[in-house]
Amino acid sequence: MTTLTYATRDSATLLRRNLRHLVRYPSLTLMIIGMPVVFLLLFVYVFGGTLGAGLPGGSTSSDPRADYLLYLTPAILVMTVVSVANSTAILVAKDATEGIIDRFRTLPIARSAPLTGHVLAAMAQTVFGVLIVLGIALALGYRSDASVAGWVGAAGILVLMGWAVTWLCVALGLASGSVEAASNAPMPLILLPFLSSAFVPTDSMPSGLAWVAEHQPFTPIIETLRAFLDGRDPGSDLWWAIGWCALITVLCFWWATRLFGRVRAS
Amino acid sequence: MTDHTTAIEVTGIVKSYGDTPVLRGIDLSVPAGTVYALLGPNGAGKTTMIRILATLLSADDGTARISGYDVGTEPDAVRRSIGMTGQFSAIDELLTGRENLRLMADLAHLRKAEAAARVEELLARFGLADAGDRRAATYSGGMKRRLDLAMTLVSRPRVIFLDEPTTGLDPRSRRDLWQIVRELLREGVTILLTTQYLDEADQLAHTVGLLDAGRLVAEGTPAELKAQAGGETLDDVFLALTGHAATADDQDDDTEALR
Repeated sequence: MTTLTYATRDSATLLRRNLRHLVRYPSLTLMIIGMPVVFLLLFVYVFGGTLGAGLPGGSTSSDPRADYLLYLTPAILVMTVVSVANSTAILVAKDATEGIIDRFRTLPIARSAPLTGHVLAAMAQTVFGVLIVLGIALALGYRSDASVAGWVGAAGILVLMGWAVTWLCVALGLASGSVEAASNAPMPLILLPFLSSAFVPTDSMPSGLAWVAEHQPFTPIIETLRAFLDGRDPGSDLWWAIGWCALITVLCFWWATRLFGRVRAS
Repeated sequence: MTDHTTAIEVTGIVKSYGDTPVLRGIDLSVPAGTVYALLGPNGAGKTTMIRILATLLSADDGTARISGYDVGTEPDAVRRSIGMTGQFSAIDELLTGRENLRLMADLAHLRKAEAAARVEELLARFGLADAGDRRAATYSGGMKRRLDLAMTLVSRPRVIFLDEPTTGLDPRSRRDLWQIVRELLREGVTILLTTQYLDEADQLAHTVGLLDAGRLVAEGTPAELKAQAGGETLDDVFLALTGHAATADDQDDDTEALR
């Protein structure tokens, strides 16, 4: 077998290990999916009436809350992906602070395999989480005008983004040095969507903030997803979204595999 | 033990953490099929030495070869011939004992049937057959240590590093572990272990190296060292050669046994 097939096989072996963890630690998955669900309910039922009225054309709408659900759902799906990635930082840090990382590091396997195993498990969890959250949104009355191609595009951008933020969280998990620090390290990642077009359109923000919001990665990602789900063409947002995801993935893959060689169990 | 090729060859290894020197030029050589014990108190540099040999740390200076491969420049070749059981439990507590071993067998790229057979063989050999389907988190300290060592052995490494293998174990688990080391030796494996316990080195090692503050202050068979220092036990030897007593915290044993 070649080096590449070995690396793939080792990643699959370690994916199985991480999936077993998820099955045996169901409260973690529940917590991960709980966060976006709480945001969904909070923003639709508490803030939704008012926020919906503030959307373009919302002041004359007969049901601003329903309009806001339509606007919000893509953002909540992105939050679900971020939430899964966040938990990966914790799982990676747990490995890194225990002796098991030394065992992996003294094996003749690809450096990236234990990390890829985590990322693949996170992707499986992302698919599961997104389907559940989407199901809840549908139950609340969310409807999409997306064609099959639109749904494929939406799934694609979620996976691409999941891949990028999970590699970022793997690196953060390795860099943080403890499980506690790892649970806090991705906090900016949870807050960043608030400074984007996730919850309100950027043109409602003060100009300085709007500039930041329009130029940070979450806005093109969320706008692309929103366009796909609304049955529109995402235009240049799609390319910005793909570019950001690719850049973050490459940088964080490099950072994480470098850290993996250095981190020592304490 | 008739095999006189060298399994571990260390020349002039130096390592510092920042301004603190941890190893100040270590030379040692371990013939294949023998046990070498690095004996010394906490902070002597034992773990650092093992981590360098196991490709987990790079040395600042000097070379180390395992089965002829350089740890610095040929780490993958070294990793194919070594196994390491560190001070910290390297088992996956959410998996069962059987799953832990299977994980190692899969990562060692054993064929399916071979992997299954190897897992069952090790479970039986380490007295874990009945507990094989229980999560490792439920294991006692001695069982965890045995599983840890079993995981190291899955790939049949020819050189094994054991970093304080019996620290924190009750006397019985400790004797079990000694027995396993002797069996490995009969299979021709080379073992380098670190210990703070003088009797452990005395019991197991062909060669003992006394490590003190980053230097090997004495080396020889247990008998030679005793003769050299004119003492009865390795305790006397340590005192005679370093000017201070080895500070082994054996008290852990008793507290563990009482649990």
